[in-house]
Amino acid sequence: MHPARKQRLILVLVLVALSSAAVGFVTYAMRNNMDYFYAPTAFAAGEVPFEKRIRAGGCVVPGSVRRSEESLDVHFAITDGEADLQVVFDKILPDLFAEGEAAVVTGQLMRDGTMRADQVLAKHDENYTPPEVAESMAGNATCGDGAKI
Amino acid sequence: MAWQWFHRLGSPRWFYEKTSAWLPWLAAASALLLAVGMAWGLGFAPQDAKQGNSYRIIFIHVPAAFLALAGYYLMAISGAIGLIWKMKLSFVVMRAAAPIGAALTFVSLFTGAVWGKPTWGTYWVWDARITSMLILFFLYVGVIALSGAFAREQLADKACALLALVGTVNIPIIYKSVDWWFTLHQPATIKLTESSSIDPSMFYPLLTMIIGFYCFYAWVLILHTRTLVLKRESRTQWVQQLLGEGR
Repeated sequence: MHPARKQRLILVLVLVALSSAAVGFVTYAMRNNMDYFYAPTAFAAGEVPFEKRIRAGGCVVPGSVRRSEESLDVHFAITDGEADLQVVFDKILPDLFAEGEAAVVTGQLMRDGTMRADQVLAKHDENYTPPEVAESMAGNATCGDGAKI
Repeated sequence: MAWQWFHRLGSPRWFYEKTSAWLPWLAAASALLLAVGMAWGLGFAPQDAKQGNSYRIIFIHVPAAFLALAGYYLMAISGAIGLIWKMKLSFVVMRAAAPIGAALTFVSLFTGAVWGKPTWGTYWVWDARITSMLILFFLYVGVIALSGAFAREQLADKACALLALVGTVNIPIIYKSVDWWFTLHQPATIKLTESSSIDPSMFYPLLTMIIGFYCFYAWVLILHTRTLVLKRESRTQWVQQLLGEGR
């Protein structure tokens, strides 16, 4: 290769490497802010501030969903396989919200350790199966095994 | 010598004449693949067990996102080749790729929002995947804006190439964002190293759509590059001759 071209090639590679390193360092420094939500473990460890608008994500614990008799309130627990977080929500849940499926809730952590949510989003998984295949698979829940949500 | 073919490739005239024959084939292949993939995906693939019919937007969303990312690399590498070898045609390809990439990024963001409402319960969240995809859109728009911001074409070429190259850092971030951080967006379905988590009855129409999008991308990119070549070379003899013949 011609020496001048070789030099320009090296310059281009250095440009890409340096800018990638810069962005990499910034992203690494902000790693705590890059997550869209806290895992229930972070709540158990006391890393989450009280009475501030925050988000939590995890698997809806099968059997934990309880609906109130006289109001729209619905109680459920989300888990990351290690810790559970109790959530109370008073609006309409998204269609794909289900036990054994992941959900992301936005709201405030109350002093008693429960989360009062004002928004619940369903976080669907990356699996796509026809209904008959899904039925034949034992245990349709996909996020309860403690794997990363 | 070994580099001769490479330098010949850099000739706009050679490119224009050579690609004339490819265009109808690419157009036919993309029309056929997209028609088959669309009918197969929307009409014949089964419903998803959880999402029902709404998952079918995957047949547009995923191919558009694939090409938005791959197209960015194509744009940046064309810019690098232009910078290193001072190749005019390479810069033209880079500039032609920018609006196509921006359009595909917009399509994937838009279809993602449409898909998000029935499944997640919201059109938009600021999670790492969606935000980095929005940055990709701005990078494409930035290259388009820069290319029009200089009076001298050579300066614009260099500026666009530098911006495109610096922006390449965003591509692995978009790709890995769902694995590195907690996001609302689910992790990748189609995996290179392990088996994909999509049923074969849905995977094959999706694959047809992806290949169709690749053909469509190649077709549109070559068409746009040819237009830009004619514009840039409008004063040269071969373009004048070509225009004379067409008249």
